Amino acid sequence: MNFSQRRSFAADKPIDALVRFEDVKKSYDGVNFVVKDLNLDVRRGEFLTMLGPSGSGKTTTLMMLGGFERPTLGRILLDGRPVERLPPEKRNIGFVFQNYALFPHMTVAENVAFPLRYRGISGPAAAAKVREALGRVSLDTLGDRRPSQLSGGQQQRVALARALVFEPSLVLMDEPLGALDKQLRERMQIEIKQLQTSLGITMVYVTHDQSEALTMSDRIAVFHDGRIQQLADPETLYNEPANRFVASFIGENNTLSCTLMGREGDLGIVRMADGSTFKAGSSSTSGTGAEFSLSVRPESIALAGSGAGTDVNRMTGTVRDVFFLGDHMRLSLEALGGQLVTARIPARRVGPFAPGDAVTLECNVRDCRLLEA
Amino acid sequence: MTAVDIDRINIFMAVRRAARPARRSAFSLALPLLAFLAVAFVAPILYLLVTAVANPETREVLPRTLVALQDWDGKSAPDERVYAALAEDLKVAKDNSTAALLGKRLNYEISGMRSRVLAAARMVEKSDGGPYKEKFVQLGQEWASPETWAVIRRDGASFTPYYLLTALDLRQAPDGSIERVHGDQAIFLDVLGRTLFVAGLVTLFTLLLGYPVAYVLTIAPKAIAGIMMLMVLLPLWTSLLVRTTAWVVLLQSDGIINDILLGLHLTSEKLQLIFTRFGTVTAMTHIQLPFTILPIYSVMRAIPATQLRAARSLGAGPSSAFWRVYAPQTLPGVVAGCLMTFILSLGYYITPALVGGPRDQMVSNFISVYINRDLNWGLAASLGVVLLVVTLAIYLLFLRLVGADKIKLG
Repeated sequence: MNFSQRRSFAADKPIDALVRFEDVKKSYDGVNFVVKDLNLDVRRGEFLTMLGPSGSGKTTTLMMLGGFERPTLGRILLDGRPVERLPPEKRNIGFVFQNYALFPHMTVAENVAFPLRYRGISGPAAAAKVREALGRVSLDTLGDRRPSQLSGGQQQRVALARALVFEPSLVLMDEPLGALDKQLRERMQIEIKQLQTSLGITMVYVTHDQSEALTMSDRIAVFHDGRIQQLADPETLYNEPANRFVASFIGENNTLSCTLMGREGDLGIVRMADGSTFKAGSSSTSGTGAEFSLSVRPESIALAGSGAGTDVNRMTGTVRDVFFLGDHMRLSLEALGGQLVTARIPARRVGPFAPGDAVTLECNVRDCRLLEA
Repeated sequence: MTAVDIDRINIFMAVRRAARPARRSAFSLALPLLAFLAVAFVAPILYLLVTAVANPETREVLPRTLVALQDWDGKSAPDERVYAALAEDLKVAKDNSTAALLGKRLNYEISGMRSRVLAAARMVEKSDGGPYKEKFVQLGQEWASPETWAVIRRDGASFTPYYLLTALDLRQAPDGSIERVHGDQAIFLDVLGRTLFVAGLVTLFTLLLGYPVAYVLTIAPKAIAGIMMLMVLLPLWTSLLVRTTAWVVLLQSDGIINDILLGLHLTSEKLQLIFTRFGTVTAMTHIQLPFTILPIYSVMRAIPATQLRAARSLGAGPSSAFWRVYAPQTLPGVVAGCLMTFILSLGYYITPALVGGPRDQMVSNFISVYINRDLNWGLAASLGVVLLVVTLAIYLLFLRLVGADKIKLG
């Protein structure tokens, strides 16, 4: 692609996003692409999460945005300006690393003051900014400590304060909570989200933890195999997964093979493996006879007659396992021609089940979706 | 003390008691090494310290003279009684062949005493009895000098500061005051200074050459780093003598380096490379490089790559990020590597002996000369003690300057 073409390409696309990836590809060895054809806009002020298993390309994407990797092909626009060739120190992006990367030979306050020195802020002005940044993460009193004297959660906050102190418009986070225990992680999720909202900054957050992504994000980009599989807000992602990968990666899902028989409005009519007929939501345009996966969440499946509505799919099978989990029960049922169906049933409604019992379950057709097999 | 405190102490004691067998068995594993260290390390050092101040010669050879000298006033020549005792002692010494030993010992402090003592011993053997005073004075006026007798009396002590003072270019005047040695005699401070200077120079060069190598080793891909590591370690597996001899081959007047320089017409005549300070420092730097590189490398490898990235993301340029964030964190390795090379360099012997000139000889070379040629064990031991003390002092100084936690020797 030559220079003039690139210019005209930029001119006919209005820039409204803070970050724009345009046909970005990345390969380390020239053969395999870690990121394949990435197009993504990050809106001003939003909390965008890149979610995916390891090796899906999400971290590489973040590193390209941070300036630590250069795209093999394509462009990255920051505030309308191409930045692929800009070194990280010129991008003015806050970055929180997985292991915090605090400087062990400096105190907490010196760590936080570090980015200020490169922006010509020193003396009392810098001290005030450091105090403010530490106050924001409730660490006002620990400025004189060394990072090694802090707990994991406190180190995490220092890293956050350091990335925010110079008021960048964009903050990137690479699995920043991975090293914390579950309770602390959940608290930090809320704190980070609140900080982001109150400061109005744009955050791009990388994680492989789906519950983290669902809790914090305005939008989630699900990465797999170097591509974005789906980009949507958490609810849409959860309720209307675009494909089998998203359905199985976000939350738990039953994926049952079926064949399309016909349509009824926006519902597809399918034949299941045992010959029974189900209805399910479908956005596909494939013709009759195409193979699909019918996806339904365990919590959408209930005991027959327990009020799932009138328009329901019904299946009967034998109980394989029953687990009592306090607020609910997990029921594994062998049904629909030997496929395993998992259901989450409120514990108080469940009678005494034992493996081998015959049980009938049902789910609302609106909770079932057809995904390309 | 409350009941709770007592309970707590009881529990503490119980914990210690419970852990005791484990502690004992762990300690017993270290016993063979401790025993070996005691025999092979601690004992020789103690012996070295004793040898540096031991003073047996005069006591053993002149017992009667020393008794007779006890009531000498020290101002004029002693009376006949002392000369008679000396004659008696020298007769015995002549029979035991220990007169030469005494002469050698006294000669350290008053030159010419060796021949004087031997002449006196011969005179006493031939003589048919006293009075001896005149006969001694006839042999040499020095026998009438109070200074000679003062030195003899002083050397009657079991220990002497003489060797240690000499190793520091000091000496004790006959009147007991300590004064500086001047002229040709004052060589040891010069040698010590030269030793420290060469060791410092070698340390500096190994650091300048080794630090980048350690960094490249850290960031290079595994396969390349492996080969580089091999090249760093290979010299360590070659004998010191072989490596030094290789430098002789390279540096000598008809050696490879001179041939290349002449061949490229960079010089018109052969350069004097061997037997110079340049040769010594070059060869020592080469030999010491791995000792500087390895501790630095081990520290660098433990620094996460994200440190530099974090610095860059916060606004630091590549070199600023390196010097402000990376380099300070390598300090423990730098100090450890430099300390190791500096201390090892202080004790160099073979390399300066083979590659260096006469003005490049270090303390160790002098120690070897005093042991092998002059049989002056006292002075050799004293030089050893001075080297040991200087080394320890430098180590402690480093420890104070950078803190014990800043030195990572492993």
